[in-house]
Amino acid sequence: MLEGILIGLQTALSIQNILMVIGGCLIGTFIGMLPGLGPMSIISIMIPVAISMGDPAAALILLAGVYYGAIFGGSTSSILLNAPGVAGTVASSFDGYPMARQGKAGKALTIAAIASFCGGTIGAILLMIFAPMLSSVALLFHSAEYFALMVVGLSAIAAFAGTGQVAKAIMMTLLGLIMATVGEGALFNMPRFTMGVMDLQSGFGFITLAMAMFALPEALFLVLNPGRSADGASGEIKDLRITRAEARSIAPVIGRQSLQGFFIGVLPGAGATIASFLGYAVERNIAPKHEQDEFGKGSIKGLAAPETANNAACTGSFVPLLTLGIPGSGTTAILLGALIALNVTPGPRLMLDDPQIFWAVIISMYIGNLVLLILNLPLIPYIAKILSVPRTFLIPFILFFTLMGAYIGQNNATELLMLVGFGVCATILRFADYPLAPLLIGFILGGMMENNFSRSMQLYDGISFVWERPMTLGLLVIAALLVILPSYRNRRARARADGVADGD
Amino acid sequence: MALDRWIGLILLGLFVAYGYAAWFTMDAELAPFMQRNPIWPSTFPKVLSIMGIICALIIVSGIEKGEIKIGDIDYRRLGDYHLIPALLLLVLMVAYAVFLRPAGFLFSTSAFLIVGSVILGERRWILMIIVAAIATGVVWYLVQVVLGIYLRPLPGFLGG
Repeated sequence: MLEGILIGLQTALSIQNILMVIGGCLIGTFIGMLPGLGPMSIISIMIPVAISMGDPAAALILLAGVYYGAIFGGSTSSILLNAPGVAGTVASSFDGYPMARQGKAGKALTIAAIASFCGGTIGAILLMIFAPMLSSVALLFHSAEYFALMVVGLSAIAAFAGTGQVAKAIMMTLLGLIMATVGEGALFNMPRFTMGVMDLQSGFGFITLAMAMFALPEALFLVLNPGRSADGASGEIKDLRITRAEARSIAPVIGRQSLQGFFIGVLPGAGATIASFLGYAVERNIAPKHEQDEFGKGSIKGLAAPETANNAACTGSFVPLLTLGIPGSGTTAILLGALIALNVTPGPRLMLDDPQIFWAVIISMYIGNLVLLILNLPLIPYIAKILSVPRTFLIPFILFFTLMGAYIGQNNATELLMLVGFGVCATILRFADYPLAPLLIGFILGGMMENNFSRSMQLYDGISFVWERPMTLGLLVIAALLVILPSYRNRRARARADGVADGD
Repeated sequence: MALDRWIGLILLGLFVAYGYAAWFTMDAELAPFMQRNPIWPSTFPKVLSIMGIICALIIVSGIEKGEIKIGDIDYRRLGDYHLIPALLLLVLMVAYAVFLRPAGFLFSTSAFLIVGSVILGERRWILMIIVAAIATGVVWYLVQVVLGIYLRPLPGFLGG
């Protein structure tokens, strides 16, 4: 492991990659602050840039930086404006916004930054411990188990990440899987379901679909309902310092929530959003009586808890991605798509085959957290100025970047028409409260899932692998339980406040 | 019937068509030697189509009762929102897709950014032109020179 860390340090500390982290964090913070644009939209806009760099380590470092930056930027806008840009930072506005209204915006931002830093750093340490362990277990898996594992992942995502109705989420997942079968598969050299259209021969473009599912509907919603983004940044931000007593009171909160957030983030489907709400609820319940009353009125503990938890959960969500190659959230699914486009297959072999990528990403998480703390915090008063860019300029630019992203990826103008078409469909689906993240995750996992399924079918000459391999059967039973026991969904914390992007 | 069930019905149609292709038409093209394989190109789609049809039926029949939630936008009052600018922007995006190649990147992008702002109600013409020109130039430089992806800068008749 020490050797790996050294390789990672060597890769991550090259000038190019440090610039990537800094750039990614800054871009993420900038865009993440805009209400309505969540990390998924930002990352999908950044993917063409990352892919055309050609270096997988640098690309993943850039995207991870953007991810952290976006979460941090989201908390900034929820504290200053009570307009969370991301579902994962809704809980931060419960106590952050009251603090800002009491004139303690600077202090709130500092607490948010420190809590995020600690959550992210402790998460990265846990990732370093758990990822190799999980990797070595995962090496025992056969294609049959992989197939079953993906079924579990998809059912968990449908059961947890839906907007309340499991059938809708499952249907979206199936739609994603079906869309993945269009075009020429890897195992069979014959085009399927292309309806004779040449442009579909290679299947739907993943970037196009990601943009159409997230960035485009968000922009259209901003146009349709301008009122949902609250206006008017509250002037000066000063006094960024916190006192020693305050630091002492939030330290245990940060410690607990880093652990809790991380492990929630590892679970598929349960990402930063659930971690932050759960973190807030837990801290409120275990706080002494007189502090409990403070929650919701500007309690520093109430701000530190969700901030720590959502960052730790973001780091945690990298565990299944890097070790199993199975994304647990929409954001990591998009990262997975980017990695596949760069010819890297995440999974247990990643640590052995490309240790520099694996470790560089983990090391760059530390650096990313440091950058957010050292660079972004003093810059926040200036970065917050972006909140005053008029939307008449903002929205055409967002649309332009989605178009550019789809075009650069395929160099094909038909792709742009598909983008608009899918974007309209996605918007209508959002009107009817259909979750879109399962669709994209299904689409990205579809190819891998079918390949693993086919391989096991060939090895066992039929479907018998399901009952002949106990581990496969066990996983499939878990998947069935996840779908059948919808009582879980009622416990799910709901984050449907105004101006919140879907997912994390 | 609420919108989500109508969508369920449309998707049901889609799944049925997909299932029809998977179950009845696809296998006809299969080479004889491949028919001995335990797995055919149509196997996975067949499974998906059945599961999809079951799911769609559950939604259309309304077995799974969920409380009616109004999301960010209530589609029943779509007219109350700024629908026209949104539709115009979509038309603008289609126009951009059509004109990007023939009209060249620099012209179509500046036009897109300016017209987009105008649709949203901006009237500071000089500011708009300056912003659009700078943004177009920077993006073109980044994509063409830094990323090395060819974008035809000028209209075809100017030799771009």
